[in-house]
Amino acid sequence: MSTESTTKQSGGEMPRQRKAPAGERVADWADGRLGIYSLAKANMRKIFPDHWSFMLGEVALYSFIIVILTGVYLTLFFTPSMAEIEYHGSYVPMHGITMSEAYASTLEISFDVRGGLLMRQIHHWGALIFVAAMFVHMMRVFFTGAFRKPREVNWLFGFLLLVLGMFTGLTGYSLPDDLLSGTGIRFMEGAILSVPVVGTYISMFLFGGEFPGHDIISRFFSIHVLLLPGIMLGLLVAHLILVFYHKHTQFAGAGKTNRNVVGMPLLPVYMAKAGGFFFLVFGVISMLAATFSINPVWVVGPYRSDQVSTNAQPDWYMGFSEGLVRIMPGWEINIWDHTLVLGVFIPLMVLPLVLGAIAVYPFIESWVTGDKREHHILDRPRNAPTRTAFGAAWIAWYFVMLIGGGNDLWATHFHLSINAITWFVRIGFFVVPVITFVITKRICMGLQRHDKEKVLHGRESGIIKRLPHGEFVEVHERLSQEDLHTLTAHEQYSPEEIGPETDEQGVRRKVGRSEKLRAKLSKGFYGENSQVAKPTVEEYEEITSGHGHH
Amino acid sequence: MKKLSARRRHPLAALVVLIFALAATGGLYTALAPADEAKAAKGSGSSLAIKEGKKLYAVGCASCHGTGGQGSSDGPSLVGVGAAAVDFQVGTGRMPAQKPEAQAPKKPVKYDQAEIDQLAAYVASLGPGPNVPNKSQYDPNESDAAAGGELFRTNCAQCHNFTGEGGALSKGKFAPDLGDVSKKHIYEAMQTGPQSMPSYPDSVITEKGKGDIIAYLETVNSEESDSPGGYGLGGFGPVSEGLFAWVFGLGVMVAVAVWVAARTAKAKKS
Ligand code: HEC
Ligand code: HEC
Ligand code: HEM
Repeated sequence: MSTESTTKQSGGEMPRQRKAPAGERVADWADGRLGIYSLAKANMRKIFPDHWSFMLGEVALYSFIIVILTGVYLTLFFTPSMAEIEYHGSYVPMHGITMSEAYASTLEISFDVRGGLLMRQIHHWGALIFVAAMFVHMMRVFFTGAFRKPREVNWLFGFLLLVLGMFTGLTGYSLPDDLLSGTGIRFMEGAILSVPVVGTYISMFLFGGEFPGHDIISRFFSIHVLLLPGIMLGLLVAHLILVFYHKHTQFAGAGKTNRNVVGMPLLPVYMAKAGGFFFLVFGVISMLAATFSINPVWVVGPYRSDQVSTNAQPDWYMGFSEGLVRIMPGWEINIWDHTLVLGVFIPLMVLPLVLGAIAVYPFIESWVTGDKREHHILDRPRNAPTRTAFGAAWIAWYFVMLIGGGNDLWATHFHLSINAITWFVRIGFFVVPVITFVITKRICMGLQRHDKEKVLHGRESGIIKRLPHGEFVEVHERLSQEDLHTLTAHEQYSPEEIGPETDEQGVRRKVGRSEKLRAKLSKGFYGENSQVAKPTVEEYEEITSGHGHH
Repeated sequence: MKKLSARRRHPLAALVVLIFALAATGGLYTALAPADEAKAAKGSGSSLAIKEGKKLYAVGCASCHGTGGQGSSDGPSLVGVGAAAVDFQVGTGRMPAQKPEAQAPKKPVKYDQAEIDQLAAYVASLGPGPNVPNKSQYDPNESDAAAGGELFRTNCAQCHNFTGEGGALSKGKFAPDLGDVSKKHIYEAMQTGPQSMPSYPDSVITEKGKGDIIAYLETVNSEESDSPGGYGLGGFGPVSEGLFAWVFGLGVMVAVAVWVAARTAKAKKS
């Protein structure tokens, strides 16, 4: 539909004599030049399906917007400088203390700028919730299989947003130059120094000389307010465009197919709802920020490299890296007068593995299963037991690392020995994911079996009937057509087979290692241990039509 | 749509409920009761006090610390630990210890202040050690909380946390929360260094410095201290903040999402 035809159409319908209201004329004028109407018209009827879990991404989006808005306010008053001054501002318990201008300006924002403390707290609580919302949003996409073709690229965009969000948070957390975040930067410096050969150079480059130097805060400032948010904004727009373009996925249900989307039109219903939801998210974050203190830098004190405190931990999204370092034995190797600090270097290498596992999963799954078709209908997690089990195992792994990162608080609050916790986490690092995998898979299989049972015999009604010969039985109610559809809509696959090892001429075909591995993994996904065969139509008819079932 | 707008007041109702929930959380928080400060008793150096103290000691302490305070396999020697150590250990209920543990914990105090003074006098008579501080030392008229904060972060925060909320040490030992410790006991802890804590004689932290530290703790971690940002979530830093953001922040978000999604689903059917 071109702009021209639209304007002509509307022009033709309108009586010439009566002048349109001013607002309409302005809109017409703008539309004649920008062509928004046709663009909007084409998209206004976009459909957005309803399910609460589809709104988790929105929580992330809105908290991102809130964090940007409050961040802009903070930049108006924040001084990203490490120049030292003696404090004589309005927070008396800091009088006469030497500190950087960055720290002093954070105190000023907190105590002298109108609304400054609230803004700081909204910014920080918003940041924690932003990353947490991205995390659960990602989990929703994962467990429902929404990352499958054609959405793999958007999965990668989302993954990048999560990682960039973590690092934006890390750099922002460091800006006030307080003892807590300074300890975090020191920690980071240690990790960089542990890299063989180039570690020292990278560190000198990053800090503009010896730690802590005079540059790191202003550098982090540019990265935090400009570079990373800029990239994230771009990625976010791309992410949303792709959601729009691919259209939203939906759960199976009557009338929902791989080729349509059932739900509310984007405009006006969905927009109204989304606008309201934005204010709800804003409200929750503001209320949190108005009631609960976060990062009270005034009692934490300015950073000094000769001071350190217990409870020096990063924000939660970096907690797993803290955990990795805390649980790693302090190994060291000395080669040719150089010390290789494995105790820090190994965790540094594991960190990208933990995150990278998220990025590559869709590609691994489609390689293993050989499934290259498009999917717009979501899986119920139980119907993809192996995937669900992998996801649960990863989450369990991540949580084990988080526990390691907070080992001291577990110790003091549950009266445990910190050494015992560390050992628990060390063993758990390897064992917990495996146990979680097995248990989750079993639960999924159990649920599938239960579904099958329900389809074939109906749902337990709770009504007990006494048969003529005295036996008691429970009456089972047949499921509605809609429920039947939900329980049986999922497709089931058979595992990839390795073709015959000899071809028609009887020549032995070489079966590559990767092909064998793939067949094995594929069996893990779709073998008889990983799915309960759906009831067939014959089975269903046999049971429902035959003798009086109960 | 009509239904949607008719229910517009509901979010507000939800917010009100939230505020009540928050207030309840806060109320629980302030419910921490301060420990009573023991009444000061008079002079402890007299020989009568030493005699009385010796009797108390023989009954309550000798089994572990030896009849002459020389120590045994169950407790260290008390020769030279000084009156301040006894006043602290018995005054906070740590002594008499009950069973071997990673660290003798605080318990309800077993002796009244007069008896504690007598015990202290007896132990002080075994060998010279730090005396019980007087009020002008642990509660001076002039003190500088800012300087105290600096000293605290340099000397104490690595075990006790930024504001003295406490922290874990190895093998089940821990540095306790200093929020409800009396000024005198804080001073004595610095003088005598109980258990895994180092001691800070006047050559390390001056008498004025100790007073400043006490003033700092009073400012940031006591009944009187205020928290400009709102409820402090224990003051443990990012771990408790993160946990709270997940459980409360995200929990509410999900609840709101479920609620909003349920609203439209109904509107669609009608
Ligand atoms: C069950 C054994 C036991 C009893 C009873 C006991 N103590 Fe102790 N006491 C200990 C142990 C063990 C320690 C060492 C604590 C540590 O460092 O973990 C100790 C430490 C002390 C210290 C600190 C010593 C120092 O180096 O600073 C003092 C003072 C003390 N006890 C006084 C007393 C007094 C006074 C009594 C009697 C009211 C008493 N204790 C009863 C076992 C006991
Ligand atoms: C090496 C770690 C460490 C350092 C450093 C340290 N403490 Fe302690 N502190 C402890 C431990 C452990 C205890 C518990 C001792 C006990 O239970 O007998 C303690 C106990 C205390 C107590 C008694 C608390 C109570 O509940 O009765 C006070 C007061 C105290 N410390 C103050 C300080 C001050 C002030 C400093 C700095 C000048 C400091 N500590 C430095 C480890 C430390
Ligand atoms: C992308 C998401 C962002 C995240 C996750 C994030 C996170 C953070 C965090 C955790 C802090 C520490 C706050 C504190 O406790 O004081 C911080 C500080 C800060 N942020 Fe952001 N931020 C983001 C975006 C932005 C943007 C877009 C700007 C500006 C345009 C900005 C400006 C600032 C400033 C100036 C500070 C320091 C002020 C202070 O500490 O009081 N942030 N940020």
